[in-house]
Amino acid sequence: MNFNRKHLLGIRELEASEISHLLDTADSFRDVSKREVKKVPALRGRTVINLFFESSTRTRTSFEIAAKRLSADAINISVSTSSVNKGETLLDTARNLEAMAPDCIVVRHAMSGAAHHLARMGKAPIINAGDGSHEHPTQALLDALTIREYKGRIEGLKVAIIGDALHSRVARSNVHLLTKLNASVSIAGPGTLVPDEFAELVDNGLRVERRIEDAIEGADVVMILRIQRERQQEAFFPSMREYAVHYGLRMDHLKRAAPDAIVMHPGPMNRGIEVSSEIADSSRSLILDQVTNGVAVRMAVLYLLAGGARNDADEKGH
Amino acid sequence: MKVLIANGYVIDPVQGINTGRNLLFEEGRIVGLLERGEQPPEDVAVLDATGLIVAPGFIDMHTHLREPGAEYKETIASGAAAAVAGGWTSVCSMPNTDPVNDSAAVTRFIIEQAQHAQLANVFPIGALTKASQGKELAEMGEMRSAGIVAVSDDGRSVASAGMMRRAMEYARDFDLPVIDHCQDATLTAGGVMHEGHWSLLLGLKGMPAAAEDVHVIRDCVLAKLTGAAVHIAHVSTRASLEAVRRAKDAGLRVTCEVAPHHWSLTDEAVAEFDTNMKMSPPLRSRDHVEALLAGLRDGTIDAIATDHAPHHADEKALEFDEAPFGITGLETAIGLAFDLVQQGVIDLERLVALCSTNPARIFGLQERGRLAAGGPADITILDPTCEWTFDVSSSRSKSRNTPFDGRTMTGAAVATIVAGRVVYLNPNYTRITDTKQRPASAK
Repeated sequence: MNFNRKHLLGIRELEASEISHLLDTADSFRDVSKREVKKVPALRGRTVINLFFESSTRTRTSFEIAAKRLSADAINISVSTSSVNKGETLLDTARNLEAMAPDCIVVRHAMSGAAHHLARMGKAPIINAGDGSHEHPTQALLDALTIREYKGRIEGLKVAIIGDALHSRVARSNVHLLTKLNASVSIAGPGTLVPDEFAELVDNGLRVERRIEDAIEGADVVMILRIQRERQQEAFFPSMREYAVHYGLRMDHLKRAAPDAIVMHPGPMNRGIEVSSEIADSSRSLILDQVTNGVAVRMAVLYLLAGGARNDADEKGH
Repeated sequence: MKVLIANGYVIDPVQGINTGRNLLFEEGRIVGLLERGEQPPEDVAVLDATGLIVAPGFIDMHTHLREPGAEYKETIASGAAAAVAGGWTSVCSMPNTDPVNDSAAVTRFIIEQAQHAQLANVFPIGALTKASQGKELAEMGEMRSAGIVAVSDDGRSVASAGMMRRAMEYARDFDLPVIDHCQDATLTAGGVMHEGHWSLLLGLKGMPAAAEDVHVIRDCVLAKLTGAAVHIAHVSTRASLEAVRRAKDAGLRVTCEVAPHHWSLTDEAVAEFDTNMKMSPPLRSRDHVEALLAGLRDGTIDAIATDHAPHHADEKALEFDEAPFGITGLETAIGLAFDLVQQGVIDLERLVALCSTNPARIFGLQERGRLAAGGPADITILDPTCEWTFDVSSSRSKSRNTPFDGRTMTGAAVATIVAGRVVYLNPNYTRITDTKQRPASAK
């Protein structure tokens, strides 16, 4: 099984076998980060550009570390230093960068479809590091890698996703990935943030619940979504206080979940709002494991898209 | 010079003609329809329409020519060239230019530019309110005298029901229909596509069908209150069409148009974030498209209008959220209308009514939309069997923002005659003007 796509724009278009292949590849890279010398030559001589139009600490650093551990030259461009502020279009920025022959561009953008736009109009392989409310494929992959690590499987698991699904690219990518791998997913949150129509996002395996208690019932995995203050120009709920009371995850909620249920959050957390500190810091919480696995997932994606697999094939051919 | 369009099949719903006839015109005016066997006058030039349909000139009720103000997108001349290439002898230009057409001076400028171009007739639509700001009434009476045929704040829906009421009452006395792009801006704020399955999937902010519905329903209520003629622009939802249907049943002066992209595509077309799929109102879901087809079939929809909205390629090459709304449509509309004929939704007579008869009636263009003696010789010649592929690189428009590049269609306008002049002739149909042909009746 190979991963033959030029770009990684989302999870929706992937086959289950491609997702499994990405996860297996990530598994094989996990070991690199545990060594004393955390570097393999897989992408030596390759150039990876991290083009971030939206502030990000975790994802940008994760991609940078992943590229460096594969021996690629990683360049970070963030919006504050870019010429977009001088009126240059996204496409012109990308074309100028392409003129410097990168092997891959990792792009994070506040608008849905930005990665598709560059993939369609440009030349370089594009990795979507989050586009608006659309998709965040590497986040879903690292979540799946973490679940596999702790549960041994994805198929047949019951996953509860709690919070602002409407604005969440993490929720969309996870719904696609988990249902493609035959998990059963329940989403809960206020109707303004989890519209009923969300249930038809995928053909099967997805339910919308109005009360978070109903979604958590018997869950093996509880994923909490971040309240995205930056995407909410209008009021979707009356106050943070009220949100925390009705939709924030607290320890007593977990009594309804499976006894060995795990809790995940894509970060950055709003402690005391969507998740209590008690849960975030408990042994149930895999929030930091997610971050660790993020590096392995991004190494796998870069390896497959920036030409590492081609390098290996060439060497075998000689 | 006398000209005879010979051997064609004439469709004129006003006169109830749907049969083989020869059409005689002279000095830009129609002389009359001749029976096939009738002897034409001496010294007549002949246009051969064998196997073709001869229809009253098509009138696009909803065109955005970007002049004055955004001539890099379209000029009146380039828009008129695209119009005649698409079979339209007349276009009605929306007032959202820069400056807005809210004064007689701008109206006169548009008409003059159209006269210089000598292609399609251009009938300006005036603004409803000054600068289309929705606050003060525009000088409709002055603009009426200068040549406008309707009023609208197209693109900027009138938010205030009170203002809309006053505008309707005032426009009524000048026999100006009020056109409304129905959209409650508080429901569509930030929206870039139809709200539904695909907007949720793509993470794009949706524009719910309800945003159109509430304003259409409001306008129907106000049409009753004021007695004004209200024309709903580019109707795109099931419930707004139902509201128009009820208003008509109640005898109100409410009419509506539909744009070809709204029956030809669904919101699924946005899946790849192609900005040529972005327009307002947005592409709707299948259920709404079915409702539009039913409205075309049962007569609720009065007209086909292009909502031709040219934008520069650079403007469309932005992120989906950032790209402007709108697509070109003058050159593809008739091909897409023939799809409806092939699907059995409408027949040819209804096609002519939708593109000519009804637009002329709604905007009070009294001599047009028919092939009656004395009227202007504005004629659209159609070939329902012409198979063709739209190639945007050969478009006459200055802009290229179409979702229909490469689309193959069957049925086209192959010649366009304005005031007796052949202003467009499809290069594959030069036989029409080959004067060696004689009318069948003269053989």
